[in-house]
Amino acid sequence: MSAMRTTILNSEALTRDEAKSARREVQRHKRTAFFLVAPLLVFITLSFVVPIGTMLYRGVHNPAVAELIPETLELLEDWDGKQVPSSRVMTSLALDLQRLAKIRRSGKLAEEINRARPGMSSIIKSSARKMKKTPQDELVNSGAAHLLNAHKAWADVKIWRAIKSVGGVYSARNYLKSLDLERNFDGEIQVRKATKIYLQLYGKTLKIALYITLLCLILGYPLAYFLANIPSKLSNLLMIFVLLPFWTSLLVRTTAWIALLQTNGVINSFFMGIGLTTEPLDMLYTRFATIIAMTHILLPFMILPLYSVMKGIDASYMRAAMSMGARPMRAFFTVYLPNTLPGLSAGALLVFIISVGYYITPALVGGTDGQMISNIIAFHMQQSNNWGLAAALGTLLLAVILTLYWVYDRLVGSNNIKLG
Amino acid sequence: MTSKNTQSFLQFHNTQKTYDQKTLVVKDFNLSVEKGEFVTLLGPSGSGKSTVLMMIAGFESVTSGDILLDGVSIAGTAPYKRNIGMVFQNYALFPHMTIAENLAYPLKVRKLPGIEIKQKVAEYLDLVELGDFGDRAPGQLSGGQKQRVALARALIFNPSLVLMDEPLGALDKKLREQMQLEITRLHKSLGFTVIYVTHDQTEALTMSDRIAVFNEGIVQQCARPAELYEKPANAFVADFIGENNFIKGTVSSVENDRVRVKISSGEAIMARRADASNSGDACLVSVRPEKLFILPSDHAYDNTLSATFTTRLYVGDFIRYFFDMPDGTEISVKVLNDLAAPDFKEGDTAQLVCLASDCSAFAAI
Repeated sequence: MSAMRTTILNSEALTRDEAKSARREVQRHKRTAFFLVAPLLVFITLSFVVPIGTMLYRGVHNPAVAELIPETLELLEDWDGKQVPSSRVMTSLALDLQRLAKIRRSGKLAEEINRARPGMSSIIKSSARKMKKTPQDELVNSGAAHLLNAHKAWADVKIWRAIKSVGGVYSARNYLKSLDLERNFDGEIQVRKATKIYLQLYGKTLKIALYITLLCLILGYPLAYFLANIPSKLSNLLMIFVLLPFWTSLLVRTTAWIALLQTNGVINSFFMGIGLTTEPLDMLYTRFATIIAMTHILLPFMILPLYSVMKGIDASYMRAAMSMGARPMRAFFTVYLPNTLPGLSAGALLVFIISVGYYITPALVGGTDGQMISNIIAFHMQQSNNWGLAAALGTLLLAVILTLYWVYDRLVGSNNIKLG
Repeated sequence: MTSKNTQSFLQFHNTQKTYDQKTLVVKDFNLSVEKGEFVTLLGPSGSGKSTVLMMIAGFESVTSGDILLDGVSIAGTAPYKRNIGMVFQNYALFPHMTIAENLAYPLKVRKLPGIEIKQKVAEYLDLVELGDFGDRAPGQLSGGQKQRVALARALIFNPSLVLMDEPLGALDKKLREQMQLEITRLHKSLGFTVIYVTHDQTEALTMSDRIAVFNEGIVQQCARPAELYEKPANAFVADFIGENNFIKGTVSSVENDRVRVKISSGEAIMARRADASNSGDACLVSVRPEKLFILPSDHAYDNTLSATFTTRLYVGDFIRYFFDMPDGTEISVKVLNDLAAPDFKEGDTAQLVCLASDCSAFAAI
């Protein structure tokens, strides 16, 4: 009797060995899964997480000035900023400048400080040249006088404030600048007095992206509807034409637009040929060119999710609505459109996000008016060498996109996205 | 055209339909449906029955001929003005609306006041026994529940006509039988007119007042279920509805509604005259497996056939016997599984008997 009971109990609970082997089995599956994704994980870490992390860090980390003139900055720490600093500070800077001039690094310092106060570049460079010529012991004794002799601007308190402001290793300076803000000497944040370009540029970028998205929607929705409602043999054939831009090089497509839009290009020649205009229209290197060319490039991103969603919508929905008395337009807006929302929002989100960060097409056909934020980021990376500002601008762009996604998620729900 | 003035509720006059401008999918369709009638269009897939339904609903145009609803031609009326309810095979419940919103849709379109809509929705939800389901999404319902909602939605705006396009096709057998009862119950209590399309003959036979059997765009026969089963008009109907044995023969004489047929084994049998016309013509005689009896039997009979036993299938409530005629034609006989069920060895000869009224003679196809 008791033997029977134990067997019953045992048959309900797992023995220790069974539990162990079951656990081992699960762990083996997990290990296999991990090994399968491990290469991708390494790739993503190296190509995505690390660069983005570096970028975020670069936006706030600016050690250049601190490394170049460490002693002067240390002395400036106690300076209250109301009057020109003491001769001790000036002497220290004079010695720093001499040292930098000798190792040919004064240009770097000039560039860095020039960002905080335009016009500083030439003052520092010329002063550094003069310090280099002066013997060192003379500088130790009367460095301040030599510095003031080198350029009268050294008597201006603002220059020293500028130097102090860029001296910190960590600062939000680049982020403030990307938002057209700055910090005054008392540490208060204020609207930047000099140039205000970045907020306007973000606005323009978002506006262009919105135009492109709307245009893709207007062009893509009817086409997707048409493709989803014809025999699949025909729709597969036509789908090739939709995908054709995908398979062509981006550069080729953009260059083709240059050929079409330029002053003596195909479109202008045609318009003048039929007598529509007497003078060629300015189409290339405008915002118009950016919008047209990018719409062309991004259209498949709109059509594909829409098509896949529409393919799954049975014709009986519209029929049911109409049999219940709804006119075709009403049936469309109350029944068909809401059901295409997952594809519509996926397409719109894709096109919008891709176009917000687009670089190559605006760079080639946009001129000055058609430039977007990514072009300015590239400019700071390649030409003005201000990586810190480029990083801050890029980070803000990322933040803008994440915010938009968050808003979208609150309004529509991210579950309502169907990418294909 | 005097026929246009008759009082039939829904009338088809020589309605025809082509999709490709070459072949007709519906040929010369004529049918009159009375108010409150349950008429089924039955036929194999591609026979044109769904096309007829789409023409009534207005989703397909009428190539030639006319459709009259309450004496008025609807051939040129837009679908949304026809006031016809429709139930689809895939239910076509709007997935982005709740059940209550689905039911309210036709009422909202008709701009009914909010309170009235609420009352009606509650009333119709109760009618299909889904009173507590108003707030659910269609995705949360089972197939049978969805179909009941679809049914309620097609009825809620008092349509003059309800069309059902294979509404039970997606349900399993048990649920289908349940829904057949449900639809019949609603039809009896509300008295609406139904045009029902199906390829399932059991469904058609159990539910309909009349059935129109379609094949290749032509109505082969339109009759009450019993008549269709007992007195098929031609060989297609005899074959399509239920099971049948077909025996080849030649008409030897015609007497009013009866014919005498000499079958291939040489025996002569009497049969009801369906569309077999003249003596001397080749014909087919049909007799259903359950109307054949194996001698010795207490049943009265007119015709006797001798055949060789080949095999038998034990089905449960009945046993199916298979015999071969001398010319190789297979004859199936259904026998109730009782004490009288005979025993045969392979090769045994049996006498099969039946009434002349249970045999029908058709022109050979």
